[in-house]
Amino acid sequence: MSAVLFWIFGVAALVLGMLVVVLPNPVHGAVALVGNLICLAALYAMLQAHFLAMVQVFLYAGAILVLFVFVIMLLNLKREELGRPRVTASKIAGMALLGALGWIFVRALLALPRVTMPEAGVAFGTVEEVGRLLLGRHLLGFEVSSVLLLAAVVGAVAVAKRRLW
Amino acid sequence: MITLQDTLLLSGFLFFIGLAGVLVRRNVLVILMSVELMLNAANLALLGFSRNLAEGTGQVLAIFVMTVAAAEAAVGLGLVLAMFRHRGTVDVDRMRGLQG
Repeated sequence: MSAVLFWIFGVAALVLGMLVVVLPNPVHGAVALVGNLICLAALYAMLQAHFLAMVQVFLYAGAILVLFVFVIMLLNLKREELGRPRVTASKIAGMALLGALGWIFVRALLALPRVTMPEAGVAFGTVEEVGRLLLGRHLLGFEVSSVLLLAAVVGAVAVAKRRLW
Repeated sequence: MITLQDTLLLSGFLFFIGLAGVLVRRNVLVILMSVELMLNAANLALLGFSRNLAEGTGQVLAIFVMTVAAAEAAVGLGLVLAMFRHRGTVDVDRMRGLQG
């Protein structure tokens, strides 16, 4: 049952991800990306990462994608500015290399033994346990990430501001 | 039941889709969205391993990945805005001022 649901959401995530890459209009791509992220949140919940599933919907599908759509709408690209798809030799070579890499990857994974995941505890993936780890053992990383966010905010304003100097 | 192998396969396919988007598309907004796809694929693999080991550290690492993705999106979109203002295009093939 859970495996069937996993593959339903997984295939939906793959199809929506392909739409992000294939659709010419970035607004349509952004909507497909929202769907992809929500499917991934469902997968996270199935992996018992309930807190991460919630954060995925809030932070990714909510905040980051709103930022993307905001910038896309702000630029208001016309059809000719979107550019035509060009096929070049380097793109074909890149795709061929990517295909070869994917084939090696699938072969390597299919050679692994299939073991079902062991039972995790009831507390696994809850806000309490993730919070204990985040603010306990990984406190330094938590603080460093707050500095990173501050630097990103200042940097984004400095880069996007019209006349700073 | 879900196996670790299924999770890694799915995560790998998602990563390859994102990588193909970065390689093929020339619209910088779509390239940024493809990078988000790749980061999410990495998160899926992290959570799969975390569930398999019944160990929460993978989830903490996924939170850090999301933080970095948010920072990257903010700075990246700021750069796109500045680029569009100066050059009037979002096509990365037309940004070759440093190519000589």
